[in-house]
Amino acid sequence: MTMASLDPVAAVLLVPILSAALLAVLPGYRLTARLNVVASMLTFVSALSLFVIERPQPGPYVLVDDLNIVFIVLNTFVGFTTSIFSASYIAHELEAGRLTPVYLRFYHAMYQTMMFGMNLAFVSNNIGLMWVAVEIATLTTVLMVGIYRTHAALEAAWKYFILGSVGIAFALFGTILVYMAARPIVGEGQDGMIWTLLIQNAAAFDPALLNVAFIFLFLGYGTKVGLAPLHAWLPDAHAEGPTPISAVLSGLLLNVALYALLRFKILLAVNPHAIAPGPLMVTMGLVSLIFAAFMLYRRRDIKRLFAYSSIEHMGIIVFAFGMGGPLANFAGLLHMVMHSLTKSAIFYAVGHISQIKGTQRINRIRGLTVTHPALGWGFVVGVVAIAGLPPLGIFMSEFLIVSSTFARQPLLAVALVFGLLLAFGALTLRLTSVAFGEPRGSKASAEASYVPMLAHLALVLCAGTYLPAPLVVWFQHVARLLG
Amino acid sequence: MQMHSLAFDISHTLAGGLVLISFMMLYQDRLYSLLNVFALHAVVLALSVAWQAYIQDAPHLYITAVIALVFKAIVIPVALHRIVKQLGIHRDIESAVSIGLTMLAGMALVALSMVLMLRVTADADPLAREDLAFALSVVLLGLLVMVTRRNAVSQVVGFMSLENGLVLAATGAKGMPLVVEISVAFSILIAFIVIGIFLFRIRERFDSVDVSALDDYRGERR
Repeated sequence: MTMASLDPVAAVLLVPILSAALLAVLPGYRLTARLNVVASMLTFVSALSLFVIERPQPGPYVLVDDLNIVFIVLNTFVGFTTSIFSASYIAHELEAGRLTPVYLRFYHAMYQTMMFGMNLAFVSNNIGLMWVAVEIATLTTVLMVGIYRTHAALEAAWKYFILGSVGIAFALFGTILVYMAARPIVGEGQDGMIWTLLIQNAAAFDPALLNVAFIFLFLGYGTKVGLAPLHAWLPDAHAEGPTPISAVLSGLLLNVALYALLRFKILLAVNPHAIAPGPLMVTMGLVSLIFAAFMLYRRRDIKRLFAYSSIEHMGIIVFAFGMGGPLANFAGLLHMVMHSLTKSAIFYAVGHISQIKGTQRINRIRGLTVTHPALGWGFVVGVVAIAGLPPLGIFMSEFLIVSSTFARQPLLAVALVFGLLLAFGALTLRLTSVAFGEPRGSKASAEASYVPMLAHLALVLCAGTYLPAPLVVWFQHVARLLG
Repeated sequence: MQMHSLAFDISHTLAGGLVLISFMMLYQDRLYSLLNVFALHAVVLALSVAWQAYIQDAPHLYITAVIALVFKAIVIPVALHRIVKQLGIHRDIESAVSIGLTMLAGMALVALSMVLMLRVTADADPLAREDLAFALSVVLLGLLVMVTRRNAVSQVVGFMSLENGLVLAATGAKGMPLVVEISVAFSILIAFIVIGIFLFRIRERFDSVDVSALDDYRGERR
């Protein structure tokens, strides 16, 4: 383990936390917004360099393997593009007087702290450290959801906090139980929490204890993933916070919790006597998908609509990982990446749209493609993508999930397709009213930054038409790791 | 052998005491008395953690015990006392469910956690085993307090007692790393919330911190 090989890992953690400290003290919007972008870019670049460097040996705290590189690169990329979007979004919020300079400093510091927490959760090799990191990321988002200090925002933050902390508590209890299961085999102290050691010895763990531990972890981290019926915090948190936070919540934070779940799923799969986590995940995934698909029809708030769509897609992803096997895991992984990119692109568009129109109510927004062609058509492409139409990336991953399920469990596939069609119907219904028809609401020109949205949509389109072979090989390898 | 059984008995008594005090929280109908019971809860937790530190010969656990004693048994209750006074909400707690039902639910939860934990940990050493069963009871009772109360302050108290259960579980698991860090992290979390409640008030955004009053503002603004 040379110093040079450790550096990118350290940079992925140090850049966000140091810039958080810096951003907390620096005044001035222009400077701090740019610094936020630069810091996020540096983090992204160091994450990319994880591909080329020699990997550090897994230590007591840090682990870099094929699985978490995918998550880290996706995380830092969306973090980077969101920081660009955030710069133009926040400028408008300052003008409108919804944020004061003090809160702005706080906002930027929290943004970077959140990136730190998420990256730490991904690279940690210690299940206790991972839990702390998820808690940091959650706490910072709670604070950002409540940043507008309106009744609705504070209530959303409070609800998020209460449900989130119950999730946190269950996850910690599960973590303690995993340690208890590991202690007789791996030994006392630090070693009993190191994931790489756990996975080597998991076959000998007490299966009953491991089962109960997984139930708690599933409930705990599942709350964070936003699985129904534990999802109640998610729509409020998305709707009331600043839109950049909605984008990172949907695109990133849900993935962090999912990643934690996957780590424990791998652990359980090693033990032959433990329960198979698959059926549990399939059930919860399917319930979330169908429940959210029904809920989509009654939404009147545009950010809330896409929050429910996130629940729906997390349901699909958990379903795919629950099915397991190389093909379903591959599809789940691809779907996760596509969903992160598409959903954050949609939120970039929605953020600008709701700023221009001064409302988030769907029935007050009409005819966007006429008044704001770039924003409107970007939104259309995003929604078409999230609804799962070809030739965009989500179509491909959904197609893979459905076809692999049909081959193994035709009945489950029918339920899956039912949920997908239901969601598709709701989204098209909303899309036609928002994007087309007689324009309604303000027609003020947008001072938007289109680059992040277009970049994401281009990537999604690219993935839908042509997936580069090295990426496919990489994902196939990770899919085998996931069992 | 004699010493071992004494060590066992004392930690058993302390952990059982925590469950009992959790039950006491369920039927407190005034915020002040709820806060006092919580302070007692934290004191017993501190004793229990200190005892674990002694019998496991793990001096770092004394830090967790001191945090429990100073922060949770003194600072937080005093701060919440003042907040309650300032908000003028020291009257009744409006309980969402009747006390009788709450107590029954509490008993069911304790029975559940005993059956669950004692069954699955049959091979573990008896001390850790019963500790875990008690800890899960405290966690679930804390959850029950959170669910049955509508008031933000009492929800925080419920959350803190839940967290006490987690600390009990973590210290009972012999040699578990990061216990101190986790208890510090939790304390920071709680401090944030308490400051949050306080800030909301001085900004006068709320007429009360009653969550049901907040419900009116939520959601689908039709």
